[in-house]
Amino acid sequence: MSKPLLEVVGLRASAGEKEILRGIDLTVRAGEVHAVMGPNGSGKSTLAQVIAGHPAYEVTAGRVLYEGRDLLEMEPEERAQAGVFLAFQYPVEIPGISNAYFLRAAYNEIRKARGLEEVDSMDFLDLLEEKLRIVEWGPDIMSRAVNSGFSGGEKKRNEILQMAVLEPKLAVLDETDSGLDIDALRIVADGVNALRRPENATVLVTHYQRLLNYIVPDRVHVLSNGRIVKSGGKELALELEERGYEWLEQEAAVP
Amino acid sequence: MSSSVETLVNKEYKYGFVTDIESDIAPRGLNEDIIRLISAKKGEPEWLLAWRLKAYRGWLKMTEPHSWPNITYTPVDYQALRYYAAPKTKTPLGSLDQVDPKLLETYQKLGIPLSEQKLLAGVAVDAIFDSVSVGTTYKAKLAEVGVIFCSFGEAVREHPELVRQYLGSVVPASDNFFAALNAAVFSDGSFVFVPKGVKCPMELSTYFRINAAETGQFERTLIIAEEGASVSYLEGCTAPRRDENQLHAAVVELVALEGATIKYSTVQNWYSGDEEGRGGIYNFVTKRGKCAGANSKISWTQVETGSAITWKYPSVILQGDNSVGEFYSVAVVNGKQQADTGTKMIHIGRNTRSTVVSKGISAGQGQNSYRGLVKVLPKAAGARNYTQCDSMLIGNRCGAHTFPYIDVQNASAAVEHEASTSKIGEDQIFYLKQRGMNTENAISMIVNGFCKEVFKELPMEFAVEAQKLLGVSLEGSVG
Repeated sequence: MSKPLLEVVGLRASAGEKEILRGIDLTVRAGEVHAVMGPNGSGKSTLAQVIAGHPAYEVTAGRVLYEGRDLLEMEPEERAQAGVFLAFQYPVEIPGISNAYFLRAAYNEIRKARGLEEVDSMDFLDLLEEKLRIVEWGPDIMSRAVNSGFSGGEKKRNEILQMAVLEPKLAVLDETDSGLDIDALRIVADGVNALRRPENATVLVTHYQRLLNYIVPDRVHVLSNGRIVKSGGKELALELEERGYEWLEQEAAVP
Repeated sequence: MSSSVETLVNKEYKYGFVTDIESDIAPRGLNEDIIRLISAKKGEPEWLLAWRLKAYRGWLKMTEPHSWPNITYTPVDYQALRYYAAPKTKTPLGSLDQVDPKLLETYQKLGIPLSEQKLLAGVAVDAIFDSVSVGTTYKAKLAEVGVIFCSFGEAVREHPELVRQYLGSVVPASDNFFAALNAAVFSDGSFVFVPKGVKCPMELSTYFRINAAETGQFERTLIIAEEGASVSYLEGCTAPRRDENQLHAAVVELVALEGATIKYSTVQNWYSGDEEGRGGIYNFVTKRGKCAGANSKISWTQVETGSAITWKYPSVILQGDNSVGEFYSVAVVNGKQQADTGTKMIHIGRNTRSTVVSKGISAGQGQNSYRGLVKVLPKAAGARNYTQCDSMLIGNRCGAHTFPYIDVQNASAAVEHEASTSKIGEDQIFYLKQRGMNTENAISMIVNGFCKEVFKELPMEFAVEAQKLLGVSLEGSVG
């Protein structure tokens, strides 16, 4: 068995007064795809945001190790530079900054942090050409302002493009499938699959089983009320599709 | 003395140093004798002295504007100020070689190389140190095509007929309190004349520097573009850090005759005071252009990051038919800075068009107001205006305000006004941090994107400078 890439142990986190994560344990190894499922409000997105270091959440207990390092001690940009990537549920718009400029800035920040030389815009364009194919996009998208006026589907595809360029070791995809039509879903899923490597891992946070028809997970975890109430193989997702979340929530309600 | 220079050099405001140079300084206070002294020092003709004195008498009857601008400041004690300070020169200035080396050093520190060899190709510079112009580069080359680019004082001596014809023709001496004060005591400034049909072969640039303490700076700039002529003019400003407020009350007049184009760009980075709001420049400036002829165009671009208080409304009088006025502005306030800035577009001629794009950024406890007037007079058939006014807030203690005035007296006119206010949120910054950028780079990227429509109007070197300046101005704006 490969070494753990991400180890979450007894993680508790709050937003303001409200405790949202109430003791999460999760181990993700290189090469694996994990799906984190659960009903709305179960804490799925919070888990993704806490891994990325969103300042709105306070970690009150537990630890998160990434490649053996204490992830919680790192600034969000340090996590990104170390290879942690979050595909946002609601990607932010940055008017006036072109997609190409933004992506190159991000790419160079990460290279700099790793002691590599920055790439100039010409070299970056060559790199982009290949990455754009992964999300089946032409070069036009690169001159548009980041996510500005993008459709919901375009925004999600743009997240996958960023992931393709930045080549993270640990990618956390937060509801990347929500709001996608079937064609966009296929493009996004194909993109994620194309980026799978033995040394990388992916955590898919999703409400629906639908995405898992395209990206087959090694492990499925069900989150309810801030705890993982059940873990299993890919067949667990199908069971959830059939039976819903209620039976698990009832099981979990028993202390 | 040099150690005090060093202590004054400060990371936050790197232009805050004082040059230790002997100055010829007028006694404190303002009266007719001081005006006569200034006029005599400059060897001015009688008509100009008379013009000054008339302005002064008018000014005495005016009151400092406190009620309508959205700014608060202690009234200036005009009798405590000095109205003239000039670096003492051993010999009269004939050429750059004769300029005091200390002055040249100062401009080098500011990044303005005056020696013509080192000059960026294509930019001619006039440098104003306190009250006087210390040297204009590339004068000879410009003269070949008939362009006059010199200090205002020199223009009065060498081209009195031009100065007399146009001085006060756009901003009359009685226009407003600070314009009247300027008319009475202005010491120097730049003068540009581009004759008929000439496209000025290079960018013209003036660098303003306040050095002496307790001194106001009152420069006056006059730019005339004759029929079919065109010129692009850049203006930059810095001042030392001082605990007391310093007054800068300048006047800029632009005249564009038929088919002429004038583009005027400003990057204003006067000292803005410390975190408690002590010191800093009061930047009370009147800038106005007149599109006197048909098919003429005047375009203002300003990036205002400095000064304790900025009060300025670069405006265009669209008199000629089909003339075009533009105003592109970025105004940044941080710390305790206040800005009340905007434009006036006065449509007089037929089919006149104006565009206003204003980007206000407020951080710290800064207060930023956009104030704009679009006026369409009865004969301005087919006039068009488009105004876009965007505000961005960083943090919870700053303010953004918008005061648009629209006065349309011709039914065929079309006036559009769009406004937006946004806040740099935690989510936006987090998104960029998650992509590997630190907080400062993240803010800088968001703000630069916000200002893009204005920056793209700036000449290349200025645009780069403006972007850097914006980063510095907003340093530490998010805790």
